[in-house]
Amino acid sequence: MVGILIISHSREIAEGTKKLAVQMAQGPVPLEAVGGTEDGRLGTDANAIYNTLDKMNKKDGIIILTDLGSAVMNVELVFEWFSAEEQKQFKIANAPLVEGAIFGAVESSLGRTLEEVLSVIESEDLLVKKND
Amino acid sequence: MNRKIITVFERVSDEIIANKKYLTELDSAIGDGDHGINMARGFAKVKEKLTEVSFENNSHLLKTIAMTLISSVGGASGPLYGTAFLNASKVIADEKVSFDNIIEIGETVIDGIKKRGKAELGEKTMLDTIIPTVESLKESRNNNKELDTALKECVRAAEKGMKSTIPLIATKGRASYLGERSKGHQDPGATSSYIIIKTIVDVIFEN
Repeated sequence: MVGILIISHSREIAEGTKKLAVQMAQGPVPLEAVGGTEDGRLGTDANAIYNTLDKMNKKDGIIILTDLGSAVMNVELVFEWFSAEEQKQFKIANAPLVEGAIFGAVESSLGRTLEEVLSVIESEDLLVKKND
Repeated sequence: MNRKIITVFERVSDEIIANKKYLTELDSAIGDGDHGINMARGFAKVKEKLTEVSFENNSHLLKTIAMTLISSVGGASGPLYGTAFLNASKVIADEKVSFDNIIEIGETVIDGIKKRGKAELGEKTMLDTIIPTVESLKESRNNNKELDTALKECVRAAEKGMKSTIPLIATKGRASYLGERSKGHQDPGATSSYIIIKTIVDVIFEN
């Protein structure tokens, strides 16, 4: 199953987004969330991102969802600490954090491939809020 | 290795910590207001490491600074300065840090920050300070100037570069969300880079 890693500057946003996604997926999707700095400030923590990615199953790939720019910088920095083989299994999604995590978790729970999950969560349909 | 490099980074840490409020004020105007807090925290940890660790060589020292900033800063300056110091650690000479070696360090620092931040000159970032600094050093080298003169001149180039960020509209980092509001403010990252460069040169000239 495709793994989903939620990264936010805020621990509360990361944990809350994970809760929402778990509730929607209704299955055992490999879903992890990392947020805030080690000492509880707003920010991202490269070591925490590394430790979480390291313990996640990489076989079917892992999609990384982030909030703001520096989260992406830290993720890209952390990728360099993995082997070239492992790096191929990681994809940063161009998707909104909350919607991406929810739809990603649902698609992953249906047994979709990494590319299939990515194409769903990177679709503009995710941004539609009103159907009028 | 020359012990002076430890003094250099102790002073850099002190200067960043002393400018915590100033950097935070600059960042409050155009960003999320945490640059001073984040940098001061990172360099307070660096200062601890400088006394705790027994360094094997210059490269080990710079790598330790890089990893400390990466793990303790929290904001974008963590991976950016972390990458800069990590790249520098890969090329710094151990015995004699020559004029050419300084330029080599400067170039790899620029490459690292460009790659990590996906930024270029003129985008209201730390690169607006660092690129003119390294360009000034290279020009001095080409004109066969003495290293002492070149170092003094590169600090002036750094200051000019830092100030050049004032009228710019940010397109990178948190300031880019503010668009026009970022105009008229000096970039906090360009400012912290200037403080680092100026302090390094100041300490080199102290006996």
